[in-house]
Amino acid sequence: MTADSRETSQKEQVKTANREIYLPSERKNISGGGTPHVVAKDFSIYYGEFEAVKKVNADILSRYVTAIIGPSGCGKSTFLRAINRMNDLIPSCHTTGALRFDGEDIYGKFTDEVLLRKKIGMVFQKPNPFPKSIFDNIAYGPRLHGLNDRKQLAEIVERSLRKAALWDEVSDRLDKNALGLSGGQQQRLCVARALAVEPEILLLDEPTSALDPKATAKIEDLIQELRGSYTIMIVTHNMQQASRVSDYTMFFYEGVLVEYARTAQLFTNPKDRMTEDYITGRFS
Amino acid sequence: MNLGTRKILDRSFTAVGFGSIAVMGIALLIVLAPIIYNGIGSVFFTGTLEHRNMLFNEFGRGDKEELVKENAASEVYRKQIYGMLDAFEAELETMEPEKKQDYLSKYGPVRTALQTLIGPLPGEETAILTRYKYGQTRWEKAEEKLHEFLYEAKWDYSNPDVMAKEYFVSRAAEFEGTSLVKLFPYVEKHLPDVLRPRFTVYWGFLTDSSVDSHIFGGIWPEIQGTFFLAVGAMLFAFPLGVIAAVYFTEYAREGFFNSILRSANSTLAGVPSIVFGLFGLAFFINTLKVSESKSVLAGSLTLAIMILPTIIRAAEEAILSVPKTYKEASLSLGSTKWNTIMTVILPAALPGILTGGVISLGRAAGETAPIIFTAAVSVGSAIGLADVFSSPTPALSWNIYNLASEHEAAAEIRHVQYGMVLALVSIVLLLNLSAIFLRARISKKLKG
Ligand SMILES: Nc1ncnc2c1ncn2[C@@H]1O[C@H](COP(=O)(O)OP(=O)(O)OP(=O)(O)O)[C@@H](O)[C@H]1O
Ligand SMILES: [Mg+2]
Repeated sequence: MTADSRETSQKEQVKTANREIYLPSERKNISGGGTPHVVAKDFSIYYGEFEAVKKVNADILSRYVTAIIGPSGCGKSTFLRAINRMNDLIPSCHTTGALRFDGEDIYGKFTDEVLLRKKIGMVFQKPNPFPKSIFDNIAYGPRLHGLNDRKQLAEIVERSLRKAALWDEVSDRLDKNALGLSGGQQQRLCVARALAVEPEILLLDEPTSALDPKATAKIEDLIQELRGSYTIMIVTHNMQQASRVSDYTMFFYEGVLVEYARTAQLFTNPKDRMTEDYITGRFS
Repeated sequence: MNLGTRKILDRSFTAVGFGSIAVMGIALLIVLAPIIYNGIGSVFFTGTLEHRNMLFNEFGRGDKEELVKENAASEVYRKQIYGMLDAFEAELETMEPEKKQDYLSKYGPVRTALQTLIGPLPGEETAILTRYKYGQTRWEKAEEKLHEFLYEAKWDYSNPDVMAKEYFVSRAAEFEGTSLVKLFPYVEKHLPDVLRPRFTVYWGFLTDSSVDSHIFGGIWPEIQGTFFLAVGAMLFAFPLGVIAAVYFTEYAREGFFNSILRSANSTLAGVPSIVFGLFGLAFFINTLKVSESKSVLAGSLTLAIMILPTIIRAAEEAILSVPKTYKEASLSLGSTKWNTIMTVILPAALPGILTGGVISLGRAAGETAPIIFTAAVSVGSAIGLADVFSSPTPALSWNIYNLASEHEAAAEIRHVQYGMVLALVSIVLLLNLSAIFLRARISKKLKG
């Protein structure tokens, strides 16, 4: 089920059953984007015997925003975390089939998962800054990869914080502990921290579920800003959010990728009965 | 359950909880109060001229001119006492043999008691042990000895059904009709003029070496020995324990081997410390031959083995309590596992690890059994740092036991024993307090 046609979506407001869905007003095609960045071929993920993600086939396109939706426990996080091999932390977890990043097998025998994670950044559901200063949080990645020049680090910190739209709020207290920031600021700090390593892909696992509407709006704006520069995958339970920020949407159900299409199409004209039931809120 | 009963239950539980804490507090007070009171008495006490003489002769401390003056003043009264003795001895010569024999047998103990009280009498040969070169150095002891000098203790065995009773007979009465009878009231009256008691602060108790196995002097060799042993044990056990904890929490795969290692660790934590002592002797000294016989090194190694399980457990818990999200964040930024452990996990776990470490340090300082066969000697001077590989050392824990049970003059030097106990308790308390302080400080730093 690779993504279909890429028509530009027009401003539309769709009323489905009992729920209003707003589609973004302007969704331009991205020049240079759209090549398959991550490719799954019959890709399954197991926790021990239990198959949590079942034979997924999908191309995730570069520089677009792809949303992953589906009921709780359907394997969204599992799939997302497979892409930068965070599932390695769970001893019982193993995979079959193929998952490729830029043509290279992510689970290949000779793949360096540390290098891989440098290219595929991640932001987690709960903001998780280190108990260090704001500066040190952002500089953590670059330092890790060998940069020690204070001036260059300062540049990277500023650039990353600006990208994450946090610079104006924290520029005067970079040396303060990051745990003193508000939840929304912490989450944007985590985005900035991920960006400082200059990844190609950004994985977001329910990045706004712990935030209030205002902070959520900021993160969503941020995703819009980053669209076109990074390949972004975002797991969300919020259908409006998926429709607002994403170009493509994947719908998982009990580990199966049921439908994968342009967001506008998936929300207005789902092909699958189950997708329709889900987005119209008949079950969740 | 209705609201009323619930409230009553809550209240009674609060009362019981408060009560048990109060009981514990009182028990602690009952234990600690005498230790503190008596322990402080080894530094702050009423010292006599003999104490000042001892300090000058053994450690070269004190004002020489002042001492000469004081001794001269004391000598005036001593002369009187010596004169009375001479007079009585002359009187003895004039008595009939039988009577003389009778008085002689009573006179011997009087001389001994007097000598214990005010120091060597003229005409005695110079004593070899330092303890016989001085009179009483502490006034409260002097008063006790004065009583022994004035009264002879006797036991009443007349009623076989009850325990024998001690009763006192005045020595003066025994010498009724001789010239010696004046001696007793004179000594009683002029003892302060002879011994010149004065309030004394003797910090040297903490920094002086002991003279004549703790009869005089301080406990520095013990303090230093305890310090060497405990720090030595930490040098081995702390890095090893942290590494083991990192292995258990981050590297070990769940499995048969690992669970055996874990339960071995738990078992080790429960082994009685005397077993470690014997193990240390058998393994480090007899098998590995880290030193020819007892040494600080062998003792430290033994203590290290003893505290290792505690350190491992504390470090493990501290590492496990670090939020998993830190680790995820670090790894997701392209950090290696090793780097994540070093830069994120261990710093965050540091308060817990250090707390475990400091508490283990306190335990190492306080344990007696592991060092009996591996490191401790009862009497000795402070050893140099270079000697830790070959020399045994006195240590507080061991010498507290030794002074209480084996020292030939244990009753005479209770204050030293209390002083050692207080020193040890203070060291352990200080370590535990600093653990709390460290923990609070680092946690605060982490929280920002
Ligand atoms: N560590 C684990 N060990 C075993 N099973 C797991 C583990 N983590 C997740 N699972 C199972 O795998 C399935 C998918 O979990 P996953 O966390 O990917 O769901 P999700 O779609 O992200 O759910 P949610 O929306 O609640 O976050 C669930 O059935 C879950 O119980
Ligand atoms: Mg999830």
